[in-house]
Amino acid sequence: MRWLLLKDLQILRRSPLLVALLVIYPIVVAVLIGLALSRGPEKPRVAFLNQVPAGSEVIRLGGEEVDTSRYSQQLFDAVDPVRVDSREEARELVRNGDVLGALIIPSDIAFKLQSGLEPATVEVLYNADDPVKAQLVRDTIKSQVQDANAALTRKLTGVALGYLDLVVSGGNSSFLGRDFAVLGLGPAERILAQARASLPPSSPARGQIQQVVDFARGARENLDLSDEVLGSVAEPIRVDARVVEGPGSTGLSSFAVALAVTVSLMFVTLLLAAGTLALEREENVFRRLVRGLVSRTALLGEKIGLAAACSLLVALAMLAGLALFVELDWSRAPLWVAAAAAGALGFAAMGAAIGALAREVRAASLLAFMVSLPVAFVALVPSGTVSGAVYDTTRIVSALFPFDPALTALRAALDGSGGMLLPLAHLLVLTLVFGAAARLGLRRFG
Amino acid sequence: MTQTPARPETTAVDGGAERRGRPPVIEASALSKRFGARPALREVSLTARAGELVAIIGPNGAGKTTLLSILAGEARADSGRVSRPPEEVGWVPQQAALYGRLTVAENLRFFARLERCDDVAEAVERMLAQTGLAERAGDRVETLSGGNRQRVNVAIGLLADPEVLLLDEPSTALDPRQRERLWEFLGGLVDGGTAIIYSTHNVQEAERHAHRVLVLADGEVVYTGSPRELEATVGASGLGFEAAFVEFLRRRGH
Repeated sequence: MRWLLLKDLQILRRSPLLVALLVIYPIVVAVLIGLALSRGPEKPRVAFLNQVPAGSEVIRLGGEEVDTSRYSQQLFDAVDPVRVDSREEARELVRNGDVLGALIIPSDIAFKLQSGLEPATVEVLYNADDPVKAQLVRDTIKSQVQDANAALTRKLTGVALGYLDLVVSGGNSSFLGRDFAVLGLGPAERILAQARASLPPSSPARGQIQQVVDFARGARENLDLSDEVLGSVAEPIRVDARVVEGPGSTGLSSFAVALAVTVSLMFVTLLLAAGTLALEREENVFRRLVRGLVSRTALLGEKIGLAAACSLLVALAMLAGLALFVELDWSRAPLWVAAAAAGALGFAAMGAAIGALAREVRAASLLAFMVSLPVAFVALVPSGTVSGAVYDTTRIVSALFPFDPALTALRAALDGSGGMLLPLAHLLVLTLVFGAAARLGLRRFG
Repeated sequence: MTQTPARPETTAVDGGAERRGRPPVIEASALSKRFGARPALREVSLTARAGELVAIIGPNGAGKTTLLSILAGEARADSGRVSRPPEEVGWVPQQAALYGRLTVAENLRFFARLERCDDVAEAVERMLAQTGLAERAGDRVETLSGGNRQRVNVAIGLLADPEVLLLDEPSTALDPRQRERLWEFLGGLVDGGTAIIYSTHNVQEAERHAHRVLVLADGEVVYTGSPRELEATVGASGLGFEAAFVEFLRRRGH
């Protein structure tokens, strides 16, 4: 078998394009994914026109000063703002594609917020040439406006609660520059009770005053509950997220790394195993080899071993490259090797089966490529995005190919999310099944 | 193939009695093979002795390649037996079975190792010398002409220095000059005692080089003997071997 391996390595060495692809592919993928993970998404460029006169950013709500420019700053953190001086300029920038959208803050926004008579409105312009970018702008600005709304609602609720407290307990307040005293329901109730006590027992006014006292007490007691009611209005829904199922500790980075390595492992291994096996027939050598020089099983084992070994090196090189961008736990490196090796063997056996079926290098490569993509897509369908029956079908289909268990094993190896034994056993079974299928295919290979 | 002297055309029939006295180096008896419902070989028997050149001829689909494939161990017969195991038989398939991206020497070295030659380097040097390809030893096979590829193809079949060499239509796709050099080379091997069994569509080639022809038709052996004896059997010695062969098949209903 070593002579077969040596021969195949010589042939690989004589295929510079293929070797370059094998070397460059993981490097490029690792760098791309590393950059994507380490830099995060680009902020959308958004034109910003603030028509609020200078010095008018601060409004008074219930005696408190609120600086609305704070909310602008929140928005600027989420976008790449391009300040403009006029609506026309903003519109032109959007139309030309220099910015993805424009946000126009009208001059009367502070007044409307302060008066509370009608809702304040901001204007958003966006270019719909690219629906994905348009959606990004809409979502980003909508999210920031909702944050500002929530903050203002909390502020307004606090003001409203202050007024209610004034109504319940009494005190001093000011409106439009004039100070005034508010009696409050509590003091009013006490005064009325004293007034009632001073009346003769036969006075018909005692009953009427008692009614007013009861009303004041009822109103005070009910308004005391308004704190919680208004608090609920300010934030009707709170989010309390808990993981019910699945490896909840898997970070996005670990998942992206596992996915990138598994996809690369799949492509490299399938293409190598399918191609090198089909080459034996394409060069007319297969029948010469198996007529006593090499057994079919040994030949198959050599192809699977070669493809798995080469792709394992590629996978480990990718992991090392990705470690430059993403923090990986090197103490788990032996587990990476185990997961990647098991995945490589599964893919190699599948590739050998494809090569035995296709029997021609180009057909084998095409078939390997055509099988890879749907297998990966099906394995990545998240639950809840399709109907239950369709999802169950995708799980069954995924279980028939090595991609899903290889991804699960690699995720587990990278950050300990979930167990490794089950996916490794799954891969072992698939290796045996695809190996047997390939061996069967070799009976009519020559 | 420039290392061996050219043989006169009469060599094919010279020394027939002496050759017939030698023991067979390969014997196949009652080989049968079916592909589905279609019988490819029916009870075919064949012998070849040391230094004998046996041509298998017949119309398309007669079973020539199937017979050679069974003798070479590439295919299994449904019934019947072959006296020699495939590992002891040199095999040259019709299409060159070589790795295009390896050099001539690398191809020879690889197969010599698989053939478990005692001295791999010596075997490679010997075959490079015998096939006249020493100067092209470092060239990739994919850069060789069809004739040179066939030389390497034959050389691989001879690496283990077999007593029996099987060739499936060896001169197909060769130009006349290359064909002539191939037969010179094979003649040298026969002179050295190697038994050669080959299939061919070229009846004149069989007449010219073979000591004995075996005519297959519809999977059956319909004649075995020398080309001259076939002409005599048909009674058309004036027409030549090819006409005699066609007439022979016509009378047999093929």
